[in-house]
Amino acid sequence: MHIKQELTERHVLTLTVDNEAGTLARIAGMFTSRGYNIDSLTVADISEDHAISRITIVTRGPPPVIDQIIAQCERLIPVHKVTDLTEAGPHVERELALVKVRGTGDQRVEAMRLADIYRARVIDATVNSFIFEITGGPDKIDTFVALMREVGLVEVGRTGIVGLMRGAEGS
Amino acid sequence: MSEDFAVPEKSGAEILIDTLIEQGVDTVFGYPGGAVLPIYDALFQHKKIRHVLVRHEAGAAHAAEGYARSTGKPGVVLVTSGPGATNAVTGIADAFMDSIPLIVLTGQVATNLIGSDAFQEADTVGITRHCSKHNYLVKDPADLASTVREAFAIATKGRPGPVVIDIPKNVQVATASTDVKRPTSSRFSPAGEADYAEINRAVELLANAKAPILYTGGGIINSGPEASAALRELAELCGAPVTSTLMGLGAYPASGDAWLGMLGMHGTYEANMAMNQCDVMLCLGARFDDRVTGRLDAFSPDSIKIHIDIDRSSINKTVRVDLPIVADVGAAMRQMIEVWKGRKYKAAALDDWWARIKGWRAVDCLSYTGSTQEIMPQYAIERLFAATKDKAPIITTEVGQHQMWAAQHFHFDAPNKWLTSGGLGTMGYGLPAAVGAQMGNPDALVIDIAGEASIQMNIQEMATATQYRLPVKVFILNNEWMGMVRQWQELTYESRFSESYSDSLPDFVALAEAYGWKGIRCSDPAKLDEAIAEMLAHDGPVMFDCRVHKTANCFPMIPSGAAHTDMILHSDEVSGTMDDEAKALV
Ligand SMILES: Cc1ncc(C[n+]2csc(CCOP(=O)(O)OP(=O)(O)O)c2C)c(N)n1
Ligand SMILES: [Mg+2]
Repeated sequence: MHIKQELTERHVLTLTVDNEAGTLARIAGMFTSRGYNIDSLTVADISEDHAISRITIVTRGPPPVIDQIIAQCERLIPVHKVTDLTEAGPHVERELALVKVRGTGDQRVEAMRLADIYRARVIDATVNSFIFEITGGPDKIDTFVALMREVGLVEVGRTGIVGLMRGAEGS
Repeated sequence: MSEDFAVPEKSGAEILIDTLIEQGVDTVFGYPGGAVLPIYDALFQHKKIRHVLVRHEAGAAHAAEGYARSTGKPGVVLVTSGPGATNAVTGIADAFMDSIPLIVLTGQVATNLIGSDAFQEADTVGITRHCSKHNYLVKDPADLASTVREAFAIATKGRPGPVVIDIPKNVQVATASTDVKRPTSSRFSPAGEADYAEINRAVELLANAKAPILYTGGGIINSGPEASAALRELAELCGAPVTSTLMGLGAYPASGDAWLGMLGMHGTYEANMAMNQCDVMLCLGARFDDRVTGRLDAFSPDSIKIHIDIDRSSINKTVRVDLPIVADVGAAMRQMIEVWKGRKYKAAALDDWWARIKGWRAVDCLSYTGSTQEIMPQYAIERLFAATKDKAPIITTEVGQHQMWAAQHFHFDAPNKWLTSGGLGTMGYGLPAAVGAQMGNPDALVIDIAGEASIQMNIQEMATATQYRLPVKVFILNNEWMGMVRQWQELTYESRFSESYSDSLPDFVALAEAYGWKGIRCSDPAKLDEAIAEMLAHDGPVMFDCRVHKTANCFPMIPSGAAHTDMILHSDEVSGTMDDEAKALV
């Protein structure tokens, strides 16, 4: 007997939650205890009085599982609202990455040239290194990081994505 | 510990007790320890709350479950930090699975010691996070009252469940103003009535069905007695047969004409066949548990499925349904009745459907081979039922074959009379649950139908019954085996009985006497009625060691991974092994 694998879809969920102790553990732990995937998770408080946080979770699963994930999130007491941006329609996703490369001579020139094309900014430089700051959709960042690998990538830090619906309405 | 005397201040412990009283609590099941001494001291001075001293914290949680399930009120547990809290975890998880409203108050080390591996420190909030409906660590006595109020609302409203409140010792001692009235938050808003468009659709489907079935569950019991009343009326109106999960027994009377018996793994042939063959399935407060559905791709393949549940996450979790309705099941059924009557629907002609059901009933799936030499376990339950049915007893159970035989052969006509651990399947549930049920229903006849293995898991609670003079009866179907394990080993592992024999059993009669109970033993079917009468006549706790046939198996049975139509009805159909796919499903 072998364990069966199912086809999965990627979904971006945003949650508005009470900003209180344990909320993040409750949500992240619910994902692990029920066997759901988390590709990335970001969280920060967003209201003036710091009472509400917004969490963006990128997850993966077959459609019925995504449905369950949303229902299970909604079931948690501190969770006010869950929006599936992937289902809800046009939306933007952005992520920020810090990318350190090391090199001299041609490599260094090439890194600068690529950064320029990808509109990455230099935020730290030494004679043999740069740190670039780049924002964009996850694909753009993936590609940029892959290119940097060719010219001397040292390390990467990524924030995970945040997302919003397009248009005038809130989610 | 403010210097401001303008408003009266009280200690956290006093605020807690006041708020419990305000919430209508009259009984608390608990066990003291260092981290709850301030609360115990406050309890000592308030005589309005009865504290029931259990003998193990698991017993406290199960007793509170028994109290809650039998009274419809939330059960309250009070335990100390560290081991007190960890001992209660099984009961909390059990209540979570079976949607039982509990408030579990746990002591914690002082806030300045949290995280320092202090004596009797455990991360109670972390440990219970995923087996409670919600939990709190209260860090300021000023937050206690509002936290307790919110906890009661969360535990009892919507799909009920356990809520844990972890209270550090210094928060119990420190004082706070008693007039802090924080706005009660609106973050918790359970579903109520259903949308009428959905209700109309459900009624139309039901009225036009040729082979409808009502598949009912514990949600109806949780919704309250009015929901059971609504179910009876709805069943009457539409003329459909009714089956129930283990947790829903009693919502529809077993003596009712439309009753098919329990469904699922050890359900009746007629219930499972009707589920398989129906054209419209109305699922009311049940959750398509794997013990109910059997093999998913063969589960009721041709039916239109309507699912009414208060918990949206229960809908489409395992089985896709055609008409999901998120609502309180009692309210939704009343809406259905109103629409049905308003539109002057008549019950469809279901004669063909009932004729088929009659055919399935004729299989007489619960029949068994009797014996004059030995007490058959099914016979023992039948006789117990016959002797007690007029007394409307509350039955609790442990977990195993005896539990399934009780579900099959003991019949319930009213809700809140059947207390069993369904979701978690916790051996050791029955005795403390009986203690809790008897506390909540002093005049009721409360019987724990037990197995000789399970009963030993919380046997210490016998002393609790003795202390509070609770006349609970423990009726042990003693087959000298962990019968359910033995049965699976016989069916799946070619009778390799690995560690399932109940060796070195205590003398239950002597044990009963040691605890101040009456002990009765019976192994002769001819003397069984007399012995049961003796048990019932005794005005105090009784342990009844009913020696039954040792290797009887519980049938009918849908083996794991099989379809409803592949029921095993009798032991001669048993194969002795299973493929790995089936073995992996438990
Ligand atoms: C706490 C716990 N441990 C283990 C099990 C697994 N289990 C299920 S039934 C059973 C045997 C129960 O034996 P007994 O109480 O004698 O009941 P019988 O099946 O013989 O009626 C076991 C070990 C369980 N359900 N709960
Ligand atoms: Mg046994």
